[in-house]
Amino acid sequence: MNNSVTTESIAPLASEKTPEKAKTSNVITEENSDAYTTVGQAFSENAKMSMRNVNVFYDEKQAIYDVNLDIGTNEVVAMIGPSGCGKSTFLRCLNRMNDTIDTCKVTGKFLLEDQDINDRKMDVVPLRARVGMVFQKPNPFPKSIYDNVAYGARIHGLADRKSDLDDIVETSLQKAGLWNEVKDRLQQPGTSLSGGQQQRLCIARTIAVSPEVILMDEPCSALDPIATARIEELIDELSQNYTIAIVTHSMQQAARVSHRTAYFHLGKLIEVNETEKVFTNPDHGLTEAYITGRFG
Amino acid sequence: MTKPEIKTIDKVNRTLGKRYRAEKRFRLYGMLSIGFGLLCVLFLFTNIIGKGLSGFTYHYLQISVEMDATTLEISDTSDLNQILAGNYSAVVKRGAYEYFDVSSRRDKSAARKLLSVDGTGYLLQDRFKVDAKEIINTKSMVWALVDDKVDFYLKRLGEPGEPGKHEFSEKQLQWIHAAVESGDLQKRFNWAFFNNGDSAHSEEAGIRGAVMGSFYLLLVTLALSFPIGIATAIYLEEYAPKNKWTDLIEVNINNLAAVPSIIFGLLGLAIFLAFFGFPRSTPLVGGFVLTLMTLPTIIISSRASIKAVPPSIREAAYGLGSSKMQVTLHHVLPLAMPGMLTGTIIGLAQALGESAPLLMIGMAAFIPEVPTGVSDPATALPMQIFQWFRNADAGFSEKASAAILVLLMFLIVMNTLAVWARRRLERRW
Ligand SMILES: Nc1ncnc2c1ncn2[C@@H]1O[C@H](COP(=O)(O)OP(=O)(O)O)[C@@H](O)[C@H]1O
Ligand SMILES: [Mg+2]
Repeated sequence: MNNSVTTESIAPLASEKTPEKAKTSNVITEENSDAYTTVGQAFSENAKMSMRNVNVFYDEKQAIYDVNLDIGTNEVVAMIGPSGCGKSTFLRCLNRMNDTIDTCKVTGKFLLEDQDINDRKMDVVPLRARVGMVFQKPNPFPKSIYDNVAYGARIHGLADRKSDLDDIVETSLQKAGLWNEVKDRLQQPGTSLSGGQQQRLCIARTIAVSPEVILMDEPCSALDPIATARIEELIDELSQNYTIAIVTHSMQQAARVSHRTAYFHLGKLIEVNETEKVFTNPDHGLTEAYITGRFG
Repeated sequence: MTKPEIKTIDKVNRTLGKRYRAEKRFRLYGMLSIGFGLLCVLFLFTNIIGKGLSGFTYHYLQISVEMDATTLEISDTSDLNQILAGNYSAVVKRGAYEYFDVSSRRDKSAARKLLSVDGTGYLLQDRFKVDAKEIINTKSMVWALVDDKVDFYLKRLGEPGEPGKHEFSEKQLQWIHAAVESGDLQKRFNWAFFNNGDSAHSEEAGIRGAVMGSFYLLLVTLALSFPIGIATAIYLEEYAPKNKWTDLIEVNINNLAAVPSIIFGLLGLAIFLAFFGFPRSTPLVGGFVLTLMTLPTIIISSRASIKAVPPSIREAAYGLGSSKMQVTLHHVLPLAMPGMLTGTIIGLAQALGESAPLLMIGMAAFIPEVPTGVSDPATALPMQIFQWFRNADAGFSEKASAAILVLLMFLIVMNTLAVWARRRLERRW
């Protein structure tokens, strides 16, 4: 009956909600944007990163509205939401990648442990060594596989000797599950690999710097299901040692890899909860509408 | 569904013929334009090559010359001054009299006029500079340059049509033809054309001064415009904030590219010569002026190739914590380099063929010496061509055509280099 509901016309949905849910399923539009609070558990006791009152603007246009969120140590937080809701924008704030966009203005507090990374005095070079990023489209450098992985370690001076660098390259490729496939062809160009391998190479390249946090922006959206499964496995393994924030458009993926899931809608953080709860019994009507596929 | 429905495929088929005809016409236009271009190039080349090739050869008469020390006025073969001042014309003249076997004053004069006595003298002087000790007081065979009128006459003789007017006497004509038949008078490759600087006599005039002048010009231009151009492009693309000022700079760079080159010459005259007082007619100042001219080309093409570097590569590097300089040097520059080099070479090729700005700073002067550095007075290839064409002497216009061939050859080499550099440096992965 409501299969044709779109983001613009979710009002009828709210009226059909059971009374206790209707309280929190108030429709969010640009006009009444002040009247909202994130439902669920946005905060963590063991936070690696804490974001408070985050607002992001592209010129005059606001892309993120007053978001508060913690990412726990060694936790995987998934960010889901309809396309254009600001997931990438928010993620890119976490290692100041938005600095490269002239029109983008970011306000709010971003604590990495106890350091405010959004402070203009904060040097982005060491920040990005601590908070690494994997992008939507695999983007290996036009260099050899070895040089791709070694690059970060080289620019940050992580290895004094060639043998140290070799070690870093090997362990990073191993952690990324790529070592066995490429160990005999390290000098071949990174772009000669398949899409899935390229993305794992990019992950290896990020790991090689030994970051504390890894940001992933739809890392599997350009990959086939088998390569996707391989990367999801990898994320699971990495979560032992790293804190991970992952944006995904696939709800199955969020359900499989993440501990907590954050649902964004039109630049607002609607709900954050344990992943299982979000996908079985969300607190907010908009979240439910999204995960049941009524829009997005 | 009562009406018989027209299927989509029928509609498509109906317009198909028209589409293909349009397609064919479109291709034909392209082929016609290319054909026209090729025809023009073909015409240009056959014309210039036809005229220019004869400039690479010259007629020489083999005579035996007595390198007699007293006639040469050289007493000490280790004294360079004496060798430079030697009276080579005297021995050449004597060799000529001997060859034509003449004794009367009138005959001597007629025989002498068939040769370029001074030109041959310079050839001898060059030999003496190398090994005077060995050849002094010996008798040796020398390929003497003939007079340019003889050369012109003989070259026209080989061509179809009228032999053309000449001022030779019966006796002189006899001598010439006898020498040609005996094989003593031959058309040979004209090394002097490549070894000599400019000269007032066409048989001695060579292209070396102009080639070296152009070389030093390009050297100065390259040394200045490549680093400045690339640094400007990198700054504007990677560092400069996007505001009114950078917009203004951008517009002005594009405008500069369209400024007529003679204006740059005026600018050079006003700034480098009048204000800074750099020496006139030198490749140094010429290079400054050509740098101003070449810069916009290099900047524009460099910026385009920097823009073409995929943003994903930049993001990847920034994401790993590269500083701006590292992103630029490690990733952007290597990927943009082929485009930058191509732009630079094209800019230099333009500079090589440029003459108007050089005119303004006095590089059109008659300069017989071959320049040995960037601060020696010099001329450049296009200027040399212009001067030789202006000269009424028939020998010079042939030289001008030959010089055009040399210039074209340099341009072809440079453009090939540009293509090669792009292919070579382009990362195909
Ligand atoms: N570089 C940019 N300039 C201007 N607007 C942008 C830019 N990037 C994203 N936006 C806008 O910000 C909003 C959020 O975009 P984004 O974060 O990419 O969404 P998501 O990743 O959730 O699909 C969108 O409305 C988009 O149009
Ligand atoms: Mg996105």
